[in-house]
Amino acid sequence: MSIDKFITLESTYVPLPNENVDTDQIIPARFLKATSREGFGENLFRDWRYAPDGSVNPDFVLNKSEYSGSVLVGGKNFGSGSSREHAAWAIHDYGFKVVVSSFFADIFQNNALNNGVLPVTVSSEFLADLFKSVEADKSQKLVVDLEKQVISFNGKSEEFVINPYKKDCLLNGFDDIDFLLARKEKIEAFEAKN
Amino acid sequence: MKATTLFDKVWDAHVVEHVEGGPDIVYIDKHLIHEVTSPQAFSGLEARGLKVFRPERTIATPDHNVPTVNQHLPISDEQSRTQVETLKANCEKNKIEMYGLNHPNNGIVHVVGPEQGHTQPGMTMVCGDSHTSTHGAFGAVAFGIGTSEVEMVFATQCIMQSKPMKMRITVDGELSKGVSAKDLTLYVIAQLGTGGATGYFVEYAGSAVRSLTMEGRMTVCNMSIEMGARGGMIAPDETTFEYMKGREFAPKGEEWTKAVAKWKELKTDDGAAFDKEYVFKASDIEPMITYGTNPGMGMGISGSIPSEKDVDPTELPTFKKSLDYMGFGLGDKLLGKKVDYVFLGSCTNGRIEDIRAFASLVKGHKKVDAITAWIVPGSKKVEKQAIEEGLVEVLEASGFELRQPGCSACLAMNEDKVPAGKYSVSTSNRNFEGRQGPGSRTLLASPLTAAAAAITGVISDPRELF
Repeated sequence: MSIDKFITLESTYVPLPNENVDTDQIIPARFLKATSREGFGENLFRDWRYAPDGSVNPDFVLNKSEYSGSVLVGGKNFGSGSSREHAAWAIHDYGFKVVVSSFFADIFQNNALNNGVLPVTVSSEFLADLFKSVEADKSQKLVVDLEKQVISFNGKSEEFVINPYKKDCLLNGFDDIDFLLARKEKIEAFEAKN
Repeated sequence: MKATTLFDKVWDAHVVEHVEGGPDIVYIDKHLIHEVTSPQAFSGLEARGLKVFRPERTIATPDHNVPTVNQHLPISDEQSRTQVETLKANCEKNKIEMYGLNHPNNGIVHVVGPEQGHTQPGMTMVCGDSHTSTHGAFGAVAFGIGTSEVEMVFATQCIMQSKPMKMRITVDGELSKGVSAKDLTLYVIAQLGTGGATGYFVEYAGSAVRSLTMEGRMTVCNMSIEMGARGGMIAPDETTFEYMKGREFAPKGEEWTKAVAKWKELKTDDGAAFDKEYVFKASDIEPMITYGTNPGMGMGISGSIPSEKDVDPTELPTFKKSLDYMGFGLGDKLLGKKVDYVFLGSCTNGRIEDIRAFASLVKGHKKVDAITAWIVPGSKKVEKQAIEEGLVEVLEASGFELRQPGCSACLAMNEDKVPAGKYSVSTSNRNFEGRQGPGSRTLLASPLTAAAAAITGVISDPRELF
């Protein structure tokens, strides 16, 4: 399976300033019973988006029509908790292509990259400016240039770090398994030696 | 020769190739799978026209979705049943050994691996579950992976991972009476915070860690992920070998002697460098309890929730939101607060030693009627042992019953859910919002603290009940 190619993206963004957004909030465990990868977007942030009786929570940012875009901007320590890739699937399925935060949990970051969702780590000052700016102007756009590794908005910009191999995967839309399958002989040689 | 760490020794011995500017290709000795994070990996594999490359290195057990009563009957929840049946069909098709429900080896994946001797020092192990870090207690490099990575291991028995940085956490001295491995780990997480070890692989050291039993060491390594660590590990020693000897899949006879000789070399050399080090004193640790919605929000049971002045102003809004969810206030004490549910179980504290600890405290007392208590063994073997040791009789005399094994109320994928607004003292690993059911309020604690809550109906200091 290949992933979506990613080069440059310009979009409005959705602010979620909560810190420590854990994977149980992104997709609660009771929605992990499916055996396919599709449809998880429906339950993205389920317990924040809906009241227990199923009614829409008008205060949650995904339910506010004035916020939109394919970028989610989250608070510090985004994606902590479980290894469930369903969290990345839910974000991707909902339509987000980039998640911005000042700090990501390890496994979430890997899972996002493996699904063509780019996690962009910015400084806490840059993050605070992003939150402030969107409150002043909800049509505020940001630009993520993966080639140059730069995120910018409103005249401000910052470089971000990404593993060169992972960058290559995203730019070309190939995944780790393709890469590894081409190395079967090396793997078998390793097995024979150990 | 350069002094190296335990982690380096195991990792480096498994690198098939280092990708320039990228991750390492790491060979995986043992792949554990369960029903929730594997179906999409199997279908991905099939879409590529591949079969599992090394099925003999894979072990499967359903655990997340299974009911904890009437396991002889078909699973009533249709989706859960489908997931468990899908695991079975995929394992049959790919010739993977699976411990289905009612199989004597069934149980939570991180409980059955060690107890059957699948988990061994010096191995690399992965599973589509973050608490794979548990197996590090044996000196293995074990970590949780996502489903794409499960597919990767199916296809090639390898994984692509950047080598994490190294952290050592040393806890010296003796733990006080009534203070257990769970308290030690909750204490360390409270000190470092939930992201405090992100990007690192942790080695636990020090006399307090060395004196822990294997069950205790597993509890500590299990919770490493709760401070963001990729995994945690402890150098194998006589305690490890003693625990492993004679287990079903452990080496036997001459193989055993050879293996132990090799395992004894698995330790950090004097003078080896870590990227970060922390040192704590065991005597500073009292029974711990969490008050918030992440495992880092914990304190000594007799303590108070931080006041406004003690919280970083930038973090205050999130902190208050968390306390609101829990129904607590800044500066509150928790001793004496009413509890509704008690959960003993999970891959953190569902082992025989945990049931022994719980039983030792409730013996001679009665469960408070208003408390719903779920006592869930981590595996069929733990269940059997609890019966054989007479622990079930002790529990029953105090008003508790032992359920059947599974992940249960730790993540509430089955029927064992804590209702909205109710308080649960839980021996599991996460107190996230809604973790034990939508709106549920979880306080993480040790089996002794859980037992104290069950027989008093309120948050109590277990040291006062001995």
